[in-house]
Amino acid sequence: MMDIQLHRETLSPEYCRQYVADPQAGAIVEFVGLVRQQTKGKTVLRLEFEAYEKMALSEMSRIAGQAIERYNAIKISIHHRIGVLQTGEIPVIVAVSAAHREAAFAACQYCIDTLKVTVPIWKKEVFEDGAVWVSAHP
Amino acid sequence: MTIKILTFGIMRDIAGAERLEMELPNGANVAELEAALALQFPSIRRLGALFIAVNAAYANPDTVLSEHDEVALIPPVSGG
Repeated sequence: MMDIQLHRETLSPEYCRQYVADPQAGAIVEFVGLVRQQTKGKTVLRLEFEAYEKMALSEMSRIAGQAIERYNAIKISIHHRIGVLQTGEIPVIVAVSAAHREAAFAACQYCIDTLKVTVPIWKKEVFEDGAVWVSAHP
Repeated sequence: MTIKILTFGIMRDIAGAERLEMELPNGANVAELEAALALQFPSIRRLGALFIAVNAAYANPDTVLSEHDEVALIPPVSGG
């Protein structure tokens, strides 16, 4: 079972954790991303996330499905924020339940690592003296 | 045929628009679209990568396009 969402409002780690709770689960691993204040020594004023929403949802669902299959995860919840975020806010949550901790850790790491490579979401860092699309150039 | 294209992230800045239309020969594939884009927007070559999605899924260079497809330009992603 999976719960995949894009949100324009504050994400809730409690919601995701409750979604993946299950009587068969012996472990829940939850990754919560945060907006850092500094990037390469420069102060970030805010981040702007945009998504190709339809494809982002289908890609995240595909990743969660693979994680359930490969690691025998029980339930997975992935929520990603879009829009403008300030320092300390949460851009992404991945919560995974599994029978044992090894599978829960591995499935959670697989989901966040793969999300960062394939899900069509883009982050613009806004500084006092300009803005850059992260990772756009090698 | 006219291909309708969505742009995102830095690709929208390069194209200067959220939507593009490109004229391609009937039966053209993704590789031909990439070549046409590189001619029209030379700065694409400076990107780390540019993937093409067709109907909201990553496409291969030999994927054949049709006028009804939803095509999107996917520059390097940076979610999470």
